[in-house]
Amino acid sequence: MRRYARALVGDRYVADDLVQDTLERAWNKFYLWRPGSDLRAWLFTIMHNVFVNQARRRRYEIEQAMEELPAVAVRATQGEQLELEDVDRVLRSLSTEQREVVLLVAVEQLTYEQVSRALDIPIGTVMSRLSRARERMRQLLGNQNVMPLKVVK
Amino acid sequence: MHTYVDGGLSDTERAEVDAWLRAHPDDAERVRAYAEQNALLRSLYNPVLDEPIPTPLLAVRTRAWRQYAAAAAIFALGIGLGWLLRGEFITPQMVPVSLARQAATAHVVYAPEVRHPVEVTASEEPHLVGWLSKRLGTTLKAPKLGPLGYELVGGRLLSGLQGPVAQFMYQDARGQRLTLYVSRQRGEPRDTAFRFSQEDRVSVFYWVDGNYGYALSGEIRRDLLLQVAEVVYKQLNP
Repeated sequence: MRRYARALVGDRYVADDLVQDTLERAWNKFYLWRPGSDLRAWLFTIMHNVFVNQARRRRYEIEQAMEELPAVAVRATQGEQLELEDVDRVLRSLSTEQREVVLLVAVEQLTYEQVSRALDIPIGTVMSRLSRARERMRQLLGNQNVMPLKVVK
Repeated sequence: MHTYVDGGLSDTERAEVDAWLRAHPDDAERVRAYAEQNALLRSLYNPVLDEPIPTPLLAVRTRAWRQYAAAAAIFALGIGLGWLLRGEFITPQMVPVSLARQAATAHVVYAPEVRHPVEVTASEEPHLVGWLSKRLGTTLKAPKLGPLGYELVGGRLLSGLQGPVAQFMYQDARGQRLTLYVSRQRGEPRDTAFRFSQEDRVSVFYWVDGNYGYALSGEIRRDLLLQVAEVVYKQLNP
């Protein structure tokens, strides 16, 4: 949960606060959890809701902050390896909706079905967000063949 | 293509996509880029799993003590799940060489040795332990695993990324070998929970205790290895 929160919000302390709020909420709603169902996906659902509520409250602040953000600039790759900071910057440039889907799929390795349940969106929406996010990341990261990488099965 | 990258296809479907990709280089490039994104994102954020958990998170407070206990239980469950699933998130080609991987590598190099599995045999245990302790700069102990059927074979000094490493080797009656790998860790002293990693055929339980990392490797079932790891941990932290 800390990993997902960190990737989602970027800042370490904000992320840990999000985890803490999520855990508190999870306990208060624990009676809603069906034993035998996927606890991890359920916790991600709660984290998503807490995050969205907080974001709604902060929307005004965020909008203001966004105006001050510089456009995403990706450095030319040095040597053979894409800098991880570039990846992070590109990740931040995605919309929140796209970032959630990408992270749940790529980092948390949920199935599309689990993502659809966790975020309470149709599976078609999961696919279209994933697809758009990945294309955007691909464009921003350029088309360099940076790393010989086996395709993950 | 996305399902292909994320591993959701059956063997037959994957073979079909493979064939398509061979004929369509643009799509193949796209698939390669997506897989790389997955790997980069994981290597970017997997290190969060190794950070110590901040105290406030371990003490999520709600109104009643029962709530407190349950929140802790949920959190523990979260940690447990994370730990159980952790091995699946490691993308070997992307992650810096980890303790588990170094230990597993040392295990596969030395465990099959017939004539020279160790440098100093168990018959000279006090000398072995004294020597390795001196080289690692701490007081080491070779755990006693006799009750679990594993006897000390001996040990050796290895070179690791962070300097000298001690490896103790154990063997059961059938010749099944386990190795305990002890290495100094860089950075601030910290403690971690048990973690599990599957490195090819080698199962590894590892943890960090203060300035030292410990990894127990063996080609045995995870639950059996865990039993041994718990005994090792208890003996090292009486």
